[in-house]
Amino acid sequence: MRFTWFHRLGSPPYVYGLARRLTPWFAWPAAGLILYGLWGGLVTAPPDYQQGDGFRIIYVHAPSAWMSLMVYTTLALAAAVGLIWRIKVAHAAAASCAAIGASFTVAALVTGSLWGRPMWGTYWQWDPRLTSELVLFFLYLGYMGLRAGIEDTQRADRASALLAVVGVVNVPIIHYSVTWWNSLHQAPSVMALQKPTLAVAMLVPLLVMLLGFTLFFAAVFLVRLRAEILVRERASSWIAEVVEP
Amino acid sequence: MSVRLVQPAVAVPALNEYAAAGAPVGALEAAALALRRDLKLAFRKPAQLVQPLAFFALVTMLFPLAISPELAQLRQVAPGALWAAALLASLLAFEFLFRDDALDGTLEQYVLSGQSLTALLFAKTLAHWLLTGVPLACMTPFAALSLGAPTSALPGISAAVVLGSITLSLIGSIGAGITLGIKRSSALLSLLTLPLSLPVLIFGARATQLAIAGGALVAPLELLAALAVLGVTLAPLAAAAAVRISLE
Repeated sequence: MRFTWFHRLGSPPYVYGLARRLTPWFAWPAAGLILYGLWGGLVTAPPDYQQGDGFRIIYVHAPSAWMSLMVYTTLALAAAVGLIWRIKVAHAAAASCAAIGASFTVAALVTGSLWGRPMWGTYWQWDPRLTSELVLFFLYLGYMGLRAGIEDTQRADRASALLAVVGVVNVPIIHYSVTWWNSLHQAPSVMALQKPTLAVAMLVPLLVMLLGFTLFFAAVFLVRLRAEILVRERASSWIAEVVEP
Repeated sequence: MSVRLVQPAVAVPALNEYAAAGAPVGALEAAALALRRDLKLAFRKPAQLVQPLAFFALVTMLFPLAISPELAQLRQVAPGALWAAALLASLLAFEFLFRDDALDGTLEQYVLSGQSLTALLFAKTLAHWLLTGVPLACMTPFAALSLGAPTSALPGISAAVVLGSITLSLIGSIGAGITLGIKRSSALLSLLTLPLSLPVLIFGARATQLAIAGGALVAPLELLAALAVLGVTLAPLAAAAAVRISLE
């Protein structure tokens, strides 16, 4: 068994070309799926018997919240690979994840609070999931702040990678302690809207949106990865071959 | 890595003597020497020891002034006030954790010494905890009294602060290690360490609350102890990796 295909993933020019070729394969399906999911979620799906049309924000909120966690995991995984095997491309991948993940986190927070207004009667509730999401946002901010604070790219890569690994160990601890805290302090009446089992007509668009958001992330990630590689390899000669003056 | 020819403030004399004598120094022995050196150095600059404590007292004082002087009302916010103040005070102290040793080259000598950096940094963190966490735990009862906590609650509150501050010091050692090479890093340091400190805050404040209410506070204390054990196990490794990266 030969792992040449794997080893080539460590080469910036190869990954740059690969990312360029792969981007449309993710971008177009993502656009299609998101449009289909929006149509299904906003038009076809029946209104909720309790929440009316208000529940429809779930079609953006849930995928964003899901992506915010998935992107952090991807970031930490790429960072760990970069830290352990000292692969430059892995560090570039981790760095290009951060801003996308932070944006998904903001999207999840904003849609969550907009949903809370009609459902809870308030824009912000110290609900465990919203609170953990907010903490996740600060973890992203810390990661980006650390990268911005260190001039030397290599050192920034390794320090931020370590931070991401420490963060990923802490995310479950933080999540469970916040859940524990919340179950002590908060009357369950606020959560009167128990999560119902979704009807198929509501569930299918949600799954489609999840897949669409994942592919959308992949497409944006590949574009950002190319930009990140270009910046890092600006002194290399192969840049002249791929970028037209 | 470049070896700078800067004489450390207190050259790790004992380590050198051992090395000169040709006797190998064990990791524990080296860690004990580093601990003793840090304590000795800290007591030469008492002002740095007192500052976080004064800061803690000041922050505690803000709450009666901002909320109300009525003890009944203060008693309700006391757990939050005490832990917010303790968190901020230990945050303030994180900055001193490695900075001086990084500036005068001692940390580089540690890295080059061939000793386990994990053990040496754990000793430094332990010294930091003895110098900030323990005094903080001694001081919290007085602050708690001033916020209307009953005398019976004081042992529980102190125990919570002792356990919680171990984890805080360990989290601080990772944060301080990662931000070592960054100038004006204090805002970044708090951005990195505060989210990681939330579990300590939650369980610590819960234990304090139960202590004031006279309830059984074993569960949150055990959780604080569990966090401390987890921290002792993993944080020194991360701190050593962080310091290595920062000194690269």
